[in-house]
Amino acid sequence: MTDTPIDHIRNFAIIAHIDHGKSTLADRLIQHTGALSDREMTNQVLDNMDLERERGITIKAQTVRLTYKAKDGQVYELNLMDTPGHVDFAYEVSRSLAACEGSLLVVDASQGVEAQTLANVYQAIDAGHEIVPVLNKIDLPAAEPERVRQQIEDVIGLDASDAVEISAKTGLNIEGVLEALVTRLPPPKGDGNAPLKALLVDSWYDQYLGVVILVRIKDGRLRRGQKLRMMSTGAVHTVEQVGVFTPKMIPTDDLGPGEIGYITAAIKTVADCNVGDTLTDDRTPTAEPLPGFKPSVPVVWCGLFPVDADDFEKLRDSLAKLRLNDASFHYETETSAALGFGFRCGFLGLLHLEIVQERLSREFDLDLIATAPSVVYRMQLTNGQTKELHNPADMPDLSQIDHIQEPWIKATIMVPDEYLGAVLTLCNERRGQQADLTYVGNRAMAVYRLPLNEVVFDFYDRLKSVTRGYASFDYAMDGYEESDLVRISILVNQDPVDALSFIAHRSVAESRGRAICTRLKDLIPRQLFKIAIQAAIGGRVIARETISALSKDVTAKCYGGDITRKRKLLEKQKEGKKRMRQFGKVEIPQSAFLAALKMDA
Amino acid sequence: MDPATPDREPLALYIHWPFCLAKCPYCDFNSHVRDTLPQARFRAALGTELAWEAARLGPRRLGSIFFGGGTPSLMEPETVAALIAEATRLFTPLPDVEITLEANPTSVEAGRLRTFFQAGVNRLSLGVQSLEPEALAQLGRRHSVSEAIAALEAARAIFPRLSFDLIYARPGQTMAAWRRELRDALALAADHLSLYQLTIEPGTQYEALYRRGEIVLPDADGAAALYEATCEEASRFGLEPYEVSNYARPGSESRHNLAYWRYGDYAGIGPGAHGRVTPPGSPALLATRRHRAPEPWAERVERQGHGIAFEKPVAPADRAREMLLMGLRLAEGIDAGRFAVRCGLPLAASIDADVFAQAQDAGYLTWNGARLVATAEGRLRLDALLSHLVL
Repeated sequence: MTDTPIDHIRNFAIIAHIDHGKSTLADRLIQHTGALSDREMTNQVLDNMDLERERGITIKAQTVRLTYKAKDGQVYELNLMDTPGHVDFAYEVSRSLAACEGSLLVVDASQGVEAQTLANVYQAIDAGHEIVPVLNKIDLPAAEPERVRQQIEDVIGLDASDAVEISAKTGLNIEGVLEALVTRLPPPKGDGNAPLKALLVDSWYDQYLGVVILVRIKDGRLRRGQKLRMMSTGAVHTVEQVGVFTPKMIPTDDLGPGEIGYITAAIKTVADCNVGDTLTDDRTPTAEPLPGFKPSVPVVWCGLFPVDADDFEKLRDSLAKLRLNDASFHYETETSAALGFGFRCGFLGLLHLEIVQERLSREFDLDLIATAPSVVYRMQLTNGQTKELHNPADMPDLSQIDHIQEPWIKATIMVPDEYLGAVLTLCNERRGQQADLTYVGNRAMAVYRLPLNEVVFDFYDRLKSVTRGYASFDYAMDGYEESDLVRISILVNQDPVDALSFIAHRSVAESRGRAICTRLKDLIPRQLFKIAIQAAIGGRVIARETISALSKDVTAKCYGGDITRKRKLLEKQKEGKKRMRQFGKVEIPQSAFLAALKMDA
Repeated sequence: MDPATPDREPLALYIHWPFCLAKCPYCDFNSHVRDTLPQARFRAALGTELAWEAARLGPRRLGSIFFGGGTPSLMEPETVAALIAEATRLFTPLPDVEITLEANPTSVEAGRLRTFFQAGVNRLSLGVQSLEPEALAQLGRRHSVSEAIAALEAARAIFPRLSFDLIYARPGQTMAAWRRELRDALALAADHLSLYQLTIEPGTQYEALYRRGEIVLPDADGAAALYEATCEEASRFGLEPYEVSNYARPGSESRHNLAYWRYGDYAGIGPGAHGRVTPPGSPALLATRRHRAPEPWAERVERQGHGIAFEKPVAPADRAREMLLMGLRLAEGIDAGRFAVRCGLPLAASIDADVFAQAQDAGYLTWNGARLVATAEGRLRLDALLSHLVL
């Protein structure tokens, strides 16, 4: 596909808040340009995985090449880049944006700008994008295009006077979007004769083709049979297939400057393909890699244990399979006295963690116990060593620690005025420091610095509940700071349950300890014997609850004909107990581990 | 004769009559409704099975006979007489052999009580279930409160021993209402009562109602309170809880049912009947079960002399579990010496020592060096206790 001159190429991303119509608009663009027949269209073509469709989020970057004959009579190649749509994937988003010259900023004309949109649009501006505002859902009675136009100008500082007004749902003015892409976005720049320089945008595992890499060519040409070098690792692969997505995979002979497409090169795992890496020709390499490359580092860790200990190997296999397609997720074996064999897993963020957990249970049919998520702390030990800590169980004795640092984030929360008070209270409870507070019409935008460990528990849930779902939230990592942190141990009948221990700031340790004891009291069913639940810091008990013994559990009628049945029932119960997590003689249901993570009563 | 040697202990004989006039909505017993009852055929088949069982068990003393069902009071009194005569001829009855018949307190059945007594029945168990008219309707019973009272009074005049059943912890039943009803019942009682908390059994009409939320049972605390009140009221009338749901004047315990709970030998004949028997020369205790469906059972008996569908030796570990789950229901508990002989395993090797110690501390179990006993508190939580205790 080398017949499109570079000035007839437009590469663009779509920036939108969840539900503001990104996927619907993408579908309309595909339909309008005839990339897929009506018969081939399923709603939201780009979101492949069930999970993505359900949650309206995109995990992997994807592209579609659209061929559009513009009003000027010329035929243009429009490459739509669908970027991952969540803060957890901020780096991946930045690389997707680096593959484009412009963005459509899609805003729901009845809702206005949301925090997530804001973060992404700033990223696009940072990437040097030309931005075309698009007001969607213009057909809704509640649409207020003038107000939203003004908001875009006030909040983002973009000229929205010639925003394209559309309804992706009804297909209204899709042509206007396509024309704006052609006339308002700049074509890519690049030198076809320079040594190859291509951006690795994303990669995924295909069970037939192996790893498929999504690339954007900056300079030079990428051909089938070429020996390709990945500049971050030095690994060399021979290109087997080159092609583009229409969105069907169509092989081509090569890809030239400005083009976006895919390659396959007999690569076995996406862990060998680092997002943001530069691909070049092994024999005539480019001198400088593209800027902005960063290896991915997990931000949040948690333990994953099979409910049924026999599923350990199955969990290992499943994690390996998931990692085939998701190199940003890390895992290592972990042994817990309470939960047995499992894995310590690292994620880019909370959504990423949730996605992986959900996929494990849904696609691999695994029942899992997840322990409380932990951020990565930095410990300065008294012996001069620096250590990272992401498992409360690994925290050494306080006498060995000189000081601990914890990661902070900068959070942007947009919320209707009437909920602002509740949001500020929540942020303050979570040790937040207000950095900025501005108003746009009746919406407030609060910028807070927060310790990440206050956010990983149930911050989203609490934010949602105190704002009835009207708040939008976004964050970026914002460095490490020294902090007075302690480990809270949970003891069941005097035995510590390692998987329930957690790290918290000393100022909130007691209230959290009490809250978790109360919660466990509600979650652990009454059993044969009474159960003592305690929270302790070091040797000092800070909270205690007692679960009284169950009051009655006996079969009313049991005669000669019932013996066999009763015995079998008993044996079944015993078998069931073997699979249950027992601490002393206490059975702790899985739900207790999950719900204990929610800190606020 | 050594009474501790189980195969020399008296045998308990259970005879199952599988027919009822109607199926009660809470009942999961092996009962069937027929337009006309095949009396002659079943009398013959039960006789054949009895003879077959007696032949293989050899000479045994007979401690009790129990006619259960179904509704055995629907049997012709001649059938009952014939089976009692046959059983006492084939085995050696103890002088005070206990012969119980279950009966429903409808007027028709009550009219035949004397003939059952003449047939040899010396203990009657009446399925009264409630003394509240609405409750009887709800439970699907075909008798009225006044019929029940009349039947009880008639039975007391005829039988030396009498028991009846009540079901409590019924949907909507308050503590006060139950105490009232129970006191009325105790005033009518003779030497024995069976007082059951309503249990939702799988496959019953009640289960469907329960699933739909149309039946609400008391929670564990409520059920425990009702249970404790029941023990208290019964004790005040001199009926002591000798088993989880059974109350008797001392000495009037059901000897037949004690055989089950003490894990003695019992032979079960008739459709669906279970047994635990030790034929002479058999290396182990056998678990037996008869074919459940009445007519196919009868066909097998007619063809091969017995209707056994299942018969298998019970392994020592299984015997231990069975004896524990039955024996701890009794206030007298389990005799460790008899346990070891009966199960082929010492009692100490059959329970979890840690759980035992913890249960002792919690006041659920006692041990005096010879008997393991579940206390009243322990019996109240016996299912949970067993699931931890047995190995």
